[in-house]
Amino acid sequence: MSAQFVIFGLLAVTSVATALAMIFSRNAVHGVLFMVGNFAAVALLYVLLGSPFLAAVQILVYAGAIMVLFLFVVMLMGPEPAPLWEHIPGQRPLALLFGLLLAAGLIAAVNVEELTGVPGIMSQEVLERLGQPTALAQTLFERYLLPFEVTSLLLLIGMIGAVVLAKREKHELQAERAPREGGAE
Amino acid sequence: MIVPVSYYLVLGAILFSIGVTGVLLRRNAIMVFMSIELMLNAVNLSFVAMSRALDSLDGQVFVFFVMTVAAAEVAVGLALIVAIFRSLGSADVDDAHVLKG
Repeated sequence: MSAQFVIFGLLAVTSVATALAMIFSRNAVHGVLFMVGNFAAVALLYVLLGSPFLAAVQILVYAGAIMVLFLFVVMLMGPEPAPLWEHIPGQRPLALLFGLLLAAGLIAAVNVEELTGVPGIMSQEVLERLGQPTALAQTLFERYLLPFEVTSLLLLIGMIGAVVLAKREKHELQAERAPREGGAE
Repeated sequence: MIVPVSYYLVLGAILFSIGVTGVLLRRNAIMVFMSIELMLNAVNLSFVAMSRALDSLDGQVFVFFVMTVAAAEVAVGLALIVAIFRSLGSADVDDAHVLKG
């Protein structure tokens, strides 16, 4: 019974510690690695909450794909100079103050004993009978089919956007190599 | 559920506040971007906890969509950061204060 509490406590401490280490890390590569640790801890919390499918997607998409992309860009840009804040006077204390105020407000708002909301039909017994990924797929492809299709459009737009942004750089590179042809579209 | 849902919501609130603090604190565009990912992740955790507490899978479907949006956002955002870095020579958000390329 209390084993779940212990596991939750360990994962909560890990996720908060890695998140804090991420925002205070001077080296961006260290920040990315702390972020991977944070995503892994949250994925294990998803397992604790009984959704192993989302945990797998979290590891695959976030820790696998997105963070590797971040790492590529960090490597591409090279090491940054050490002090990364204090451009505006008093930015650091003000940011910490506002962050703490927001945390206090959110915790006060969220830490309630009773929950309001309409309970659904997917109780733990139903989920165990169907299997959690099957039930999720049924919800996704029956009730949320149109948003799912719109999502594919969004991914296409993202892909085109990335290609367009990268292509303009190639034009600039060509312009640098051959200055006379630089103005040609 | 043995661990109460409010524990997860408090954890999500703490992670979200850390993300907001990161956005306010850091001036490196990559770190600002990672803090935004941290905020998305905190909200995802709250979604899954509420979904479990209310015996409904709608929250988990939302997490699925949030992950998709995050993936598209990261692809475009990082391409923008690289383009800004190429033209300005820095990834500092304070340096990118004009739209002129």
